[in-house]
Amino acid sequence: MSTATEVQSSYIADHAALLAEVSEDSPDWLRKLRADAIARFETLGFPTTKHEDWRYTNIRPIAEGNFQWSADEPEKVSQEDIDKFHFGDLSCTQLLFVDGKYVPQHSHRRPLPVPDGLIVKSLGNALKEHAELIEPYLAKHAEFRDEAFAALNTAYIEDGGFVYVPKDLKLENPIHLLFVSTAGDHKRATHPRNLIIVEDGGDATVLEDYASLGDGEHFTNAVTEVIVKDDATANHYLIERDNEQTYNVSTLQVYQQDRSNFASHSLLIGGAIVRNNVRPVLDGEKCDSLINGLYISYKQQHMDNHMRVTHAKPNCDSRQFYKGILEDDARAVFTGRIVVDQIAQKTDAKQSNMNLLLSDNAQADAMPQLEIYADDVKCTHGATVGQIDEEAIFYLMARGLSDEAARGLLIYAFAGEVLDRMTIQPVRDVLEQLVLDHLPEGLVEHL
Amino acid sequence: MPLLEIKDLYVTVEGTEIIKGMNLTVNPGEVHSIMGPNGSGKSTLAKVLAGHEDYEVTSGQIIYKDKDLLDMSPDERAGEGVFLAFQYPIEIPGVSNMQFLRASINAVRKYRGLEEIDAMDLLGLIRDKCKLLRMDQTLLKRSVNEGFSGGEKKRHEILQMAVLEPTLCVLDETDSGLDIDALRIVSGGVNSLRSGDRAMIVVTHYQRLLDYIVPDFVHVLMDGNIVHSGGKDLALELEDKGYEWLEKEKEREPAAS
Repeated sequence: MSTATEVQSSYIADHAALLAEVSEDSPDWLRKLRADAIARFETLGFPTTKHEDWRYTNIRPIAEGNFQWSADEPEKVSQEDIDKFHFGDLSCTQLLFVDGKYVPQHSHRRPLPVPDGLIVKSLGNALKEHAELIEPYLAKHAEFRDEAFAALNTAYIEDGGFVYVPKDLKLENPIHLLFVSTAGDHKRATHPRNLIIVEDGGDATVLEDYASLGDGEHFTNAVTEVIVKDDATANHYLIERDNEQTYNVSTLQVYQQDRSNFASHSLLIGGAIVRNNVRPVLDGEKCDSLINGLYISYKQQHMDNHMRVTHAKPNCDSRQFYKGILEDDARAVFTGRIVVDQIAQKTDAKQSNMNLLLSDNAQADAMPQLEIYADDVKCTHGATVGQIDEEAIFYLMARGLSDEAARGLLIYAFAGEVLDRMTIQPVRDVLEQLVLDHLPEGLVEHL
Repeated sequence: MPLLEIKDLYVTVEGTEIIKGMNLTVNPGEVHSIMGPNGSGKSTLAKVLAGHEDYEVTSGQIIYKDKDLLDMSPDERAGEGVFLAFQYPIEIPGVSNMQFLRASINAVRKYRGLEEIDAMDLLGLIRDKCKLLRMDQTLLKRSVNEGFSGGEKKRHEILQMAVLEPTLCVLDETDSGLDIDALRIVSGGVNSLRSGDRAMIVVTHYQRLLDYIVPDFVHVLMDGNIVHSGGKDLALELEDKGYEWLEKEKEREPAAS
């Protein structure tokens, strides 16, 4: 077994290479930020299962996996490779990143013309042109001082998506941030960093999408910060459809101001170990926050969903609905923390986590964690781990459906509730198809 | 040729014998009512006919359309035209009624060697049947049986029966939980399905339902066996004298059905 220092060595050694590559172009504040973050990472080290927040998820394959950051130009990908990740004929701006590097040739702006004031750029380019817009927000919300993965990501800030929605601009079409790993022989580590700012009264939807082209191992460590200002709306979709050798740690840190609406939708079907952190902070009155997600895991897949909703102001509603379908030896963890600050009276927070186990060896752990310091609040939570209702199977079979078709319909129905909350039809259609493709074989013939 | 023949049937549920040597013959076009006190095995009979796996047939035969019914899975039975209207219809969150009806109709049609039903035809068919059962069509968009009142659930069962066009309808306590108006509507729906080649087995505890669905034969089931059979008037007699009357009779002479 490696010692702690050796474990982190590649991640620290590569950092010097990154700085050599990007530091020259970076503003001072960013250089300092990277330096602070790598120092924090060195101090923190990767979490072990002794860490309360990582009790059920052993990330040793990441820590010891010798995944490496690379300065190399990304491998060429074909249009065909990328087209399969489109959302039907949905017209949307797309930024493509291959192995963490921005690929302008396969990125495009749609629909045209681009509305006044809207900025959708790679973070790397945006740092050159709009550093003054970025500095007040970048790494101001995603806490890296106590979080090893966020520290590592912050140390490696290089590229990702930058979206700036000016005041009162309401975008109808989503923005697609597509992160493709070539997943070849090199075990790459990438640290995508996204920043989404929606000014007062603006409205935007961003799709953060992870996919692999090959079957090799890959480690993605992403951080996305979303700032939703007064009366603004932001919707975020996380789609994890990587190959089953991929490790993905994603942190979505959201900051909400007065009367803002935020929704996080997640679909996790890929990856060997996936950790999905969703952390809205409701720091304005009368905010709504929805966290909606579905994870489907097979074989040895391990999916860990870690929610933390912070009610920092009064009169806000938050909803967490997470569902999981587990087959084979799959493992899932759901932690739902709701923090209600002392002044956050009239908070209405709901949380539900439901797991459907399709095999005797699959396992799900659900941990609601309520930290409530206000006295006039409504907080409810519920978690279930269960199997398919055999009486419902009999009912459907008595109506002519085969045993397999009945099971398929019930599993699909279980998942359907999550999909139904996703409001963009073309996106939902694609995600629905991904779900259908991931149900056990033979179950979907009648759907 | 009879549509259904139950011969010397014994059924065990979780180790307890519930049906003990039952015989029954049902011809096309006939409506048979099975009455009896609680725990006599009425609902067990219904579940056995539909093929619930918890109900174990330890001996005896059920011949349906000249085939061994007990050899068929529940979905094959549905395909062959056996329909059970459930006493307690199951709620299926996330599956809309429309989806459910389409999946069901197409599964049964496939079994019968028919093409899938056209979407517009399906809608028309379901609308007609909804009208017949005075069902609110908005129910079709809702999840199967979820949040339905008792009456809505039972109407929904009869709606399914109407669209699946079964040959043998088994109604398990369809009257339970219905008020008088709902009972009238549901019975009207059932009666509209009576025909010369379709038979019905109406399982009920109370005579009340039989005022609306008038049977050709009434059988009294007690302790797992038919102890008395007669015409529709038997139901009235039972209403009058109660099941105790037959229990006493049974003590006097062993049942011959």
